[in-house]
Amino acid sequence: MTEIYLNNKFTGTVEDGKVFTEDFKDQRRKGLISERVNIFYNPLVNEVYVNSSAGRAQRPLIIVKEGKSLLTERHLKQLEDGEISWSDLVRQGVIEYLDAGEEENSLVGYEEAELTENHTHMEITKGSICGFATSLVPFGHYNQSSRLIIGSKNQKQSLGFYAANYFLRMDMDVSLLHYPQTPIVKTKIYDVSDYQNFPAGQNVVVAVMSYDGYNMEDGVILNKASIERGLARSTYYRPTQTQELRYSGGLMDELGIPDKDVKGYRTEKDYKFLEGDGIIYPEAEVREGNVIVGKTSPPRFLSSLDEYNLSAATRRESSIVLKHGESGVVDFVLLSENEEGNKLIQVRLREQRVPEVGDKFTSRHGQKGVVGILVPQADLPFSSSGIIPDLIFTPHGIPSRMTVSHLIELIGGKVGALTGRSIDATLFEGDKEVDLREELLNLGFRNDGTEVFYDGRTGKQMLAKIYVGNMYYLKLRHMVANKIHSRARGPIQLLTRQPTEGKAKEGGLRLGEMEKDTFVAHGASLLLKERFDSDRTVVPVCENCGLIGYDDKYKNRRVCLMCGDDVEINYIELSYAFKLLLDEFRCFGFYPKLELENKY
Amino acid sequence: MKKEHEEFIDGYKSKLPPKIITEIKEHVPTNVTKAKLTKILEEIHGIYENAKIHSGEGVGIVSAESIGEPGTQMTLNTFHLAGVAEVQVTTGLPRLIEIFDSRRAIKTPMMEIHLKSPHNKNIDKIKNFAAQIKETKVGEIVSEFSVNLLEQTLKLILSKDSLESLNLKTEEVAKLVKAKTKSFNLTVEGDEITLTYKGKSDEIKEVYGIKEKIKLIKIKGIKGIHQVLPVKRGEEYVVLTAGSNLKEILELPEVDAEKISTNNINEIEAVLGIEAARQAIMEEVSKVVESQGLNIDARHLMLVADIMCVGGVVKGVTRYGVVSEKTSVMARASFETPLKHIVDASLVGERDRLTSVVENVMLNQPIPLGTGLPGLVTKMK
Repeated sequence: MTEIYLNNKFTGTVEDGKVFTEDFKDQRRKGLISERVNIFYNPLVNEVYVNSSAGRAQRPLIIVKEGKSLLTERHLKQLEDGEISWSDLVRQGVIEYLDAGEEENSLVGYEEAELTENHTHMEITKGSICGFATSLVPFGHYNQSSRLIIGSKNQKQSLGFYAANYFLRMDMDVSLLHYPQTPIVKTKIYDVSDYQNFPAGQNVVVAVMSYDGYNMEDGVILNKASIERGLARSTYYRPTQTQELRYSGGLMDELGIPDKDVKGYRTEKDYKFLEGDGIIYPEAEVREGNVIVGKTSPPRFLSSLDEYNLSAATRRESSIVLKHGESGVVDFVLLSENEEGNKLIQVRLREQRVPEVGDKFTSRHGQKGVVGILVPQADLPFSSSGIIPDLIFTPHGIPSRMTVSHLIELIGGKVGALTGRSIDATLFEGDKEVDLREELLNLGFRNDGTEVFYDGRTGKQMLAKIYVGNMYYLKLRHMVANKIHSRARGPIQLLTRQPTEGKAKEGGLRLGEMEKDTFVAHGASLLLKERFDSDRTVVPVCENCGLIGYDDKYKNRRVCLMCGDDVEINYIELSYAFKLLLDEFRCFGFYPKLELENKY
Repeated sequence: MKKEHEEFIDGYKSKLPPKIITEIKEHVPTNVTKAKLTKILEEIHGIYENAKIHSGEGVGIVSAESIGEPGTQMTLNTFHLAGVAEVQVTTGLPRLIEIFDSRRAIKTPMMEIHLKSPHNKNIDKIKNFAAQIKETKVGEIVSEFSVNLLEQTLKLILSKDSLESLNLKTEEVAKLVKAKTKSFNLTVEGDEITLTYKGKSDEIKEVYGIKEKIKLIKIKGIKGIHQVLPVKRGEEYVVLTAGSNLKEILELPEVDAEKISTNNINEIEAVLGIEAARQAIMEEVSKVVESQGLNIDARHLMLVADIMCVGGVVKGVTRYGVVSEKTSVMARASFETPLKHIVDASLVGERDRLTSVVENVMLNQPIPLGTGLPGLVTKMK
């Protein structure tokens, strides 16, 4: 007697669970039961689990009977001729979907040759050990598995043609690559996934060599002329939005160029791009500080309105302003409504991004790097046939990471570029390395992929032959233009009077505890004091009670809150944070008495 | 060496430490001329003066950084010593923290016991000694405990093999058990010991409780010595132990007291005194540092060890130890548990003289170190 569980609920019993399971599977293969239902017999506890719930991961496998794959030559021929499709194979019971449970009852072979009587299924391809993203790495079978993961992760950050309707979209923080290309070296997944219509990179000529050390520590060197021809250019889109909100009491936001008497009015110059409705016009070139949408809001507290009864004057300025370091061209202005029926204005800014020092690039093998220098074409090395690399990659990136696929792609790309065909680099089953090398030899190149190179600056032949070829390179979304930040003076926090933190707030770079310790260790006492002067304050201290008093500038006297104004009060200099600490002590009921004495 | 030369060298006694003076006397050739000797001494004096720490140098923080920086590269490993009885050793950062915190219970206490001459050559003797000091508990020689709740009895069936190897009789074990189980009646039958509860019959807890208690009764050996491992070191045999009990081991007549060592600094302090503890701290830290292939100057370790031992008892570099000794409230508060220190200070009206580094950083005043140390002397009108 075997118990049956349907979606983990006991439903009944059968005489023999194993027979039942086999019977169930047969019926499913005949199409009597949905292919989405899986069955799993657990001989250890003699129970059968039938699962039909949503959310299980299933994967397709070819059914094997008596050591023979059910997928025959005839099927393949029919598929090629377009007579049948995938779903026909599923319907015919050649291919079925297994879930994790049913896999426990199955023995899956990798290829036809290794099938035995015991096998129940066969992989559709050996490459199915990799998922979609990992399959994007060409020649993956030459690599460590961890490198494939890194390679696919890097590709996820690449810029490309991410959606065909990009012009209508208001995606945050996206870029479009100009002139994207389909890779020369690709895997079968590229065809299956329609990659050529949504490409993410460009084919470039790569030389593996050093160039004055500008590509050390994973740097890459780019050819300036290539960039001027449009290599790796992209457009960065940044949408902003605002709403005309309604407040209680019939008050609401008002779009439009604010009146000059509005609280927080910016300068007239800042509003210069706004049209009569207070919204900017497309193709306006805006810089930091410029207003994109002019808006005023009602005063924050109604009581203040009652008191002065100056409704217009107390309105607040609440326009959208370009923040520090932002600039661009207004690309698209969208007027619409939100769910509550409030007016919604979305403005998309566009900015062209030309590759510069600090931008991040990667091949498809987890070999990412940052641009170290842009070299004029005349100074770059050139091959005897006159080929000048677009990108110079450092050879030191290879030994420790062992990304052999990176090197093979270079050869594959070279062959593909010379013959004008695309190279198949699918996992386990793509073009063979030896064949590629032989083809390269037949094309009149050395089969090791190296060529004689000349130094562009001196014209002298280089001693070493340079490994050069074509590779698919991707520009990653991390661009210096978004990250560069510096500050000399700037905003401070209200509470501590110390500089703000973070790029968005134009913050300072913290000199932390351990950095402080280095000053101490050097005995650089006064330098340390100067570095920590950001919140320096001078406060009047009462000599009598030791508390901080205040300076009454109107009456020109100094007052201690405890002892009045006829005590001796002296000024001391200390960090505002410490003054704050003393204030907090007083809140706790402690009496922090300062005893002053002469320093010298 | 000529007398006048010796006297001449002695003239430097005020300028050079005695150890260097004696070293000079040993190494200077006897036929040296007076002019040359002067040159040598002046040179040595110059080197010596140069090697001195300048006043205002922040030796503490330099030591802290010099230990802390290589410390970041340390692994969190505990490694295993291969052997018959495998001994585990804490190293790396966990061990360093253990030493500097002056933990009472260290993770892997260990001893290396050297024996006196007749005992350390013979492998059988050393094995015998090892077996003798190994702590054996009742739990280890009982092959079966059976609890009878109805009759309120606990039956221990002793393992014959272990009894034999330990050269013990059931009666001897029973005697030891009896001493610790006053509320039970004890009967011995062959290799079985039966305990019956004297009290009320519904106390189930008692029987179970006594079972755990009995397991921990020591039968033989020295408390704390969990494992023993006789090994050959050159010509002689030594015993490595997991677990440490310096006091009791030292009392054994076979032990060579001059060569014995333990990694438990607190034991060293208790048995041999503070000077030995200071030395042990330095040695234990440099052991860790060397095992990690790092290099820290001995003087940094000396400074830390000195700070830990200066009060006559070993204090850890924790908020309860070294840090609690700081005079400044704010320096203490900036380390750990600031509220506690500030509240305590306010209750007694503590005064912070602002004489050290941390307080002055907090107030944004020049710190009394390096360039901030010298004051200006001027006449005030």
